[in-house]
This record gives sequence, structure tokens and C-alpha cells, in this order.
Amino acid sequence: MKFKNTCFILTTLALSLAVCLATGALAVEPIKIGVAGAHSGDLASYGLPTLKAAQLVVKDINEKGGINGAPIELIVGDDACKPEIASNTATKLVSAGVKAVIGHICSGATKAALPIYRDAKVLLISPSATTPSLTQSGEYPNFYRTIAADDAQARTEVDFTINILKVQKIAVIHDKGDYGKGLAEFARTFIEQSGKARVVLFEGVTPGAVDYSAVVQKIKHSGAEAVIFGGYHPEASKIVGQMRQKRMTTLFVSDDGVKDDTFIRVAGKDAEGVYATGPADVSKNPIALEYREKFKKTESADPGAFFDNAVAATLALANALAKAESIDQETMAKVLHNDKVATPFGAIQFDAKGEPIGIEFSIYQVQNGQYVQVR
Amino acid sequence: MDYFFELLFSGLTRGSIYALIALGYTMVYGIIGLINFAHGEIYMIGAFTALVVSSVLSIYGLPLLAILVLTVLAATVWAAAYGFTVERLAYRPLRNAPRLSPLISAIGMSIFLQNFVLLAQTSDFQPFPNLIPQFAFMEPYAAIIGSTDLIILTVAALMMILLTLTIKYTRTGQAMRATAQDQKMALLVGINVDKIISITFIIGSALAAIGGLLIASHIGQINCSIGFIAGIKAFTAAVLGGIGSIPGAVLGSFILGLTEAFATGYVSSDYEDVFAFALLVLILIFRPAGLLGKATIEKV
Repeated sequence: MKFKNTCFILTTLALSLAVCLATGALAVEPIKIGVAGAHSGDLASYGLPTLKAAQLVVKDINEKGGINGAPIELIVGDDACKPEIASNTATKLVSAGVKAVIGHICSGATKAALPIYRDAKVLLISPSATTPSLTQSGEYPNFYRTIAADDAQARTEVDFTINILKVQKIAVIHDKGDYGKGLAEFARTFIEQSGKARVVLFEGVTPGAVDYSAVVQKIKHSGAEAVIFGGYHPEASKIVGQMRQKRMTTLFVSDDGVKDDTFIRVAGKDAEGVYATGPADVSKNPIALEYREKFKKTESADPGAFFDNAVAATLALANALAKAESIDQETMAKVLHNDKVATPFGAIQFDAKGEPIGIEFSIYQVQNGQYVQVR
Repeated sequence: MDYFFELLFSGLTRGSIYALIALGYTMVYGIIGLINFAHGEIYMIGAFTALVVSSVLSIYGLPLLAILVLTVLAATVWAAAYGFTVERLAYRPLRNAPRLSPLISAIGMSIFLQNFVLLAQTSDFQPFPNLIPQFAFMEPYAAIIGSTDLIILTVAALMMILLTLTIKYTRTGQAMRATAQDQKMALLVGINVDKIISITFIIGSALAAIGGLLIASHIGQINCSIGFIAGIKAFTAAVLGGIGSIPGAVLGSFILGLTEAFATGYVSSDYEDVFAFALLVLILIFRPAGLLGKATIEKV
């Protein structure tokens, strides 16, 4: 009887071992990754290149044997950039069993989908959602992005103006638009928080006005040593031009709406010395070049705005999948925070909030009719 | 006190610019009772003509004064030709149509011209050469009033005096006034009303072209949509002063320019339009025909 029992146990063990070995040897269970974003609708031109980026990177990984032997399977979810569709898309991806998601594209849609992923403990890396609160609210530990947040640009401008240019009185001017005013408001907050400088003037100008001399006089009167301008190049060149006409030497620091060659062409010699922030130049990065090349092989158009960011997101995710001991949100997060991964932007990792370290704005200055990176 | 004068001059500069455009609105309205919405576009075309001509001339290396004179000539003639053509094509066939028809025609003309220039040029801003030299004698005052401001003020004042004299003392001016008072009567006493209307459009367009040229070299850039905001502001100025009245348009323009400058200087440029339009509403409440406009009884 006893012997029989032991025999039974042994047989079972052997059997289960065989089953184990079988699954181990086959190991074909793919790792499911969601790709969510606007793949149809008005903003499909933002979403489709990111999908393509994810597909290209995953194809390479699978050709090299996948993640520790397991191939990656992409599950595509379209949210048309609409928050109400995005929550459905998220539910669908979660029930399909995705371990992580590249996306979403639009900030509004991302925000709507995030609670669903958080509750399902699904990790999210967005290549394009820039709303600061997504990371800064601290509500979504599962959220990461491979693009600098909206306020990062303002922070770069303010840090540069206060710490490098050593300016104490700053005039913050904007063009009353969403982009310009939003940036100007962040700049004002950061200047006030720094305690090292003062905002002596905060004003909006009307785009397209025939003359800005009144507001330029006001800048002069405020005693500002530097102007931080939030807006686009037509207003920037008018304001700079009129400042120089009034023989003011006030420094001018602006954003990527001004970091445009049209600005230099229009403002001419008045553009000299103007600082503007802009995304770091990736056109010489080998990874960026490689994937752009691959993109152009199949598509006729240029990769578009967030292609490099999506390549970075997918590479970072693949790295996390490969190096994490188990595929769950917490262990993968540890890798994202601690391990540098090579991307089109250079080596990046993520800070505690999920912001990318390494994807930052650079400072450019107009020197001899060209934007030259100074930091 | 310096600050006050700085704002005063910036207001006057703005006012002069508005005035040069507003005169065209008010003259046309005075004579045929039409708001010529394409007028802002004529201003833009004047500026573009100036850009093209001055760029071409500077290739030949002419002296600045010669370039300036030829550019002014070309811009005024070309813009005047546009004004004349617009009237011929879009307004004259509708002379006896209901009042709304020429108005719609004017809006259509405005959209057409703007898109025409958009297609012929680009939507991008183009740098405009500095046609007005920086005078050495202005250097000590550059912080308060620049050379371009001075030129704009002087030219605008000259143009206004010239226009007033033309209308007061020449036969054409007399005929214009007669046409403005009563078209039928003017016809009966032997005035070629169609010709007078064409002349009005030509003069108005030439003034707008000069305005366009001055502002473009003041701010150093133009694109195809600059006519819109300038046109709206000048139209507001014309209404403020009493549309149809020439001194009214000038007065209205200066009031508007100064209000905007002082609102920016002492309150905030966020509110410059709020102040400007609040003033317009206030004036129209108390003087519905504008400051110098004559209240007319609508003949139905």
C-alpha cells in the first residue's frame, strides 16, 4: 500500500515534470503589449507613426529571439484621441491581457484611460502626452512618458535665465494663446518659487497688432533685465525689433515657437543674441537614423512628430521586460527608474514621477544668423 | 513724465497708421454708403508691392532715397489699380442692388484677395526691408521716439492735410462732396458720378498703400493676413469718429491709438482691446453717429 502510494506520487511528479518541461521547451506564450492612441480621426497623423514605431522595434526584437525567448505580440487599440473612447480602449486592452501599453497619444485620452490601467496594474509609457499633471499629481505610479512635459520647457527657460544669465528682474510676456500663455504661467510660477528672481511684469499682447511700442515701453519702464516670451515667432520678432529700435539691450528668452528659422530671417540682425529653447537635435543619433530609415522604406511620408519618442518608449519598455525578474508593474518600474537604455535621444531613464531623464529641452542662441546650441 | 511721453508717441504712431487706413473706409462710405471690407486687403497688397519692388530695386544697387521714392510710387499705383478694379468688378454692377449685396460682395473680395496673395506668395511672414533710414539727429531721442515713428507721424499728417485741401478746394473735391450729398442731384448737374466714385477708391487705396508701406517697414515683417486686424481697427476708428466724415476718421484713429497705448501702459496690454471697444460702445451710446458724424434721417 505504502509502496503503491509512493509510486503514485512519483508518477505524478514525473508527469508534472514532463508538463513543465514541455511548456519550458515550447515557451511560445507571447508577451502581449498594447499600442493605444489615435489611429483614426483628425489626429491619426500623430498616432499612426507611433504605432509604426512600435511595430518596427518589436519586429527587430522578435527577430533577435524576443524577450528571454518569448516573442512580443502587439495588440492595437484605437482611441481616436477621444477620452470617452479611450476608457473603452483601455478596458479592451486590459481584458486582452496586456502587460504594458505604449500610449496613449493625447493627454486627455491618456488621463481618461489611466485609472483603468492603474487598477489592472498595467504599465503605461506615452510617447506624446505632455500634460504635467499626469505625472505630477502622483496618482498614477504606472505612468511614464518619453517626451518632456509642458512645463519642462518653462523650467528650462527659467533655470537658464536665473542661474546662467544671472538675471534678477524678469518680464514675462505672452501672446494670450493656449500655448504661449500656458508656458508664461509656468514660467511665472517657477520664477516665484525660485526666490532668486522677481517677475516685474506679466502681460499678454494681441497677436497681429500693428505696433508693440507701448508694451515695449512698459518692459523698459519695469526695469526688467530679461524678457521671457511665450508664443510664436511673428510676435517675438516684432517685440525684439521694437526693443532694439528703442535701443534696449534687454535679454530675450523664448520657446520652441520661436526656435524657427523664419524668426531669424524676419528679425534679421535684431535676432542676434536671442535665446530660445527647443528639443535636442536627434538627427545625428544612430538609433534615430536607423528607425527613420526603416520607416521611410515602407511609408512615403516623413515619420512625423512623435515617431522618435515612440521608438524610445518601445525600447525602454522592451528593456524593462527583458531585465525585470517577473513581468509585473512594480518590478518593471524598478528597471525603468534605475537602468539606462539607449534610445534616439541618447541614454534615458525615468525619475521617480515617471518623467524621462535625458529627454530635455536644450537652449539655443542666435549667433551670426543661426541657432547654435549653447546648453 | 518720460513714460507718459513715450506712451503718447506710441499712441500717436498707432493712431496715424489707423488714420491712413480709416480714411479709405470713411471716404467710400461717405460717397456710396458702402463699408468696403476689402480695404484692409488693399493695404496688405500695398505692403506686398512695396516689398517686391524694393527687393528688386535693391538688387540693382540704387541709392536708398531712389528706392524709397520708386517703391512708394509703385505701391500706391499698384494698390490704386487694385482698388479701382475691385470697385469696377465687385461694386459697380451692384450699385442699384439692395444694400446687403455689395456688403457681401465686399467680404467676398476681401477673402479672395487674401487667398490670392496667400497662393501667389506664402503664408509665412516675410522680412520687410528697412526703407526708412535711421536719422542721426534722432539718435538721442531713439528711446522715446524712433525715426520711423517720426516719419509715420509726418507722412500721415501731410497726407491728411493734402486730402483735406483736395476735397475743399479742387473741382474733383467739389464733385466728390456733391456726390456724397446726393448722387442723383450730382448726376443732374453734370458730374460723372462713376468717375468720381472710381477716383475715391483710387485715393483711398493709395493712402492705404502708403500706410501699408510705412507700417511694414516700422515692424519689419508682413504676411497675407496683416490686412485683417489693421482693417478692423481702422474701421472701428472710422465708426468712432463718425463714418463718412474725414476729420472724424482722423480724430477717431488718434483716440483709438492713444486709448490702446495708455491702456497698455497704465493698466495692461491684456485689456487694450477691452478699453478700445468699451470706448467705442460708450461713444456710440451717446453719439450714435460717431463723434463728428452727422445724424442722418434714413430715407426709406
